[in-house]
Amino acid sequence: MTALAAILVRDMRIAVRVGGGALIGVLFFLVVVTLIPFAVGPNLPLLKQIGPAILWLAALLASLLALDRLFAADHEDGSLDLILTGRAPLELVVATKGLAHWLTTGLPLVVAAPLIGLLLNLDAPAEIILVLTLLVGTPALTFIGLIGAAIAVTLRRGGLLLAVIVLPLTVPVLIFGVAAANAVEPTPFGTPFTILCALTLASLVIGPFAAAAALRQEME
Amino acid sequence: MRLSAVDLACHRGGRDVFAGLSFAVAAGEVLMVTGRNGAGKSSLLRTIVGLVRLAQGRLSLEGGDPELTVAEQAHYLGHQDALKPSLTVAENLRFWAGFLGTQAADIHPALIAVGLDELADLPAAYLSAGQRRRLSIARLVAVKRPIWLLDEPTSTLDYSAQERLAGLMRAHLTEGGLILAATHGAIGLEGARELRLGEVQS
Repeated sequence: MTALAAILVRDMRIAVRVGGGALIGVLFFLVVVTLIPFAVGPNLPLLKQIGPAILWLAALLASLLALDRLFAADHEDGSLDLILTGRAPLELVVATKGLAHWLTTGLPLVVAAPLIGLLLNLDAPAEIILVLTLLVGTPALTFIGLIGAAIAVTLRRGGLLLAVIVLPLTVPVLIFGVAAANAVEPTPFGTPFTILCALTLASLVIGPFAAAAALRQEME
Repeated sequence: MRLSAVDLACHRGGRDVFAGLSFAVAAGEVLMVTGRNGAGKSSLLRTIVGLVRLAQGRLSLEGGDPELTVAEQAHYLGHQDALKPSLTVAENLRFWAGFLGTQAADIHPALIAVGLDELADLPAAYLSAGQRRRLSIARLVAVKRPIWLLDEPTSTLDYSAQERLAGLMRAHLTEGGLILAATHGAIGLEGARELRLGEVQS
């Protein structure tokens, strides 16, 4: 357990220090969402209608931002060699790194979403639902992203490949996340939200195993 | 404790790096792995630690912990220093002590051993190449493991730091550890045996 705790503390420290990805992600999220009303114009009903979708798309892109450095940085400075040969199971180490990434990138997005939702003319019930879907859905984005980050670990410009690999895989999360966030009578909230929860749970399991397998393969 | 290898072979990138390699190192012994560039010194160390797949042969450890793999009882000091520039010297070492060790270790003696105790709160980004190397070596001191696999341990170290490393290695050997060091030059240890790669094995 000390090994996993050490990874968690280290990754979170790096993320919040200078050059880390935590602040970049949430700033990118805020900037993208802020640009939308300027592009769409002061059409309040339209903004209200597309608001949840915009916030979800921005959250998806923002959580991808720091992902390409997740394993690549450890690979470049030799840390990954020691992590691969360590006593801690690689799957758990990968999951821990995913958790650290979500805590520093995904969670700030969830916290920032209600503030930025005001710009898109969202009312209080819509905001609560939106925050709930982001809270449940962003871990899935991170843990699906782990797979892409592991596949692109040895590539210099891994970020582009990462986006190409990961974005299609996140389509189901996006569909059900936005569907749940858009739920106003008579559309039900429970069904898409339950499926979103299921997608997150599945990605929490599949992501670390797939990413660990990819890392072992890449490092041969 | 005795680490022995029988008839090891390593293929990388469709090429035989080495083949038919046999050696044994017992507790308290040093084996210097030498050879020209590309002879497979680094590959041999990476093979022992499990980062490169063993193409052929057998690697065994007698007298070690049967529950653990060779890599889990070894320290691997590679070419790269495995340090994060945004973390301080102490944070870097504390991370590796926590990750490699089984319990929280006091890192201060290890920092003193490599002469970096006064820089403990400095971000690793400001360290020189030799200081980074010394910080990397500090994790070998902070967490006790019987096997040291050192890849060019003295590169970038100045004379006094090389002396200090030799002292640490001597202390490790007297405690019953064993060392495999890939090196071009002398590492300042008496009685070190040599394994020359890239020549016909007798």
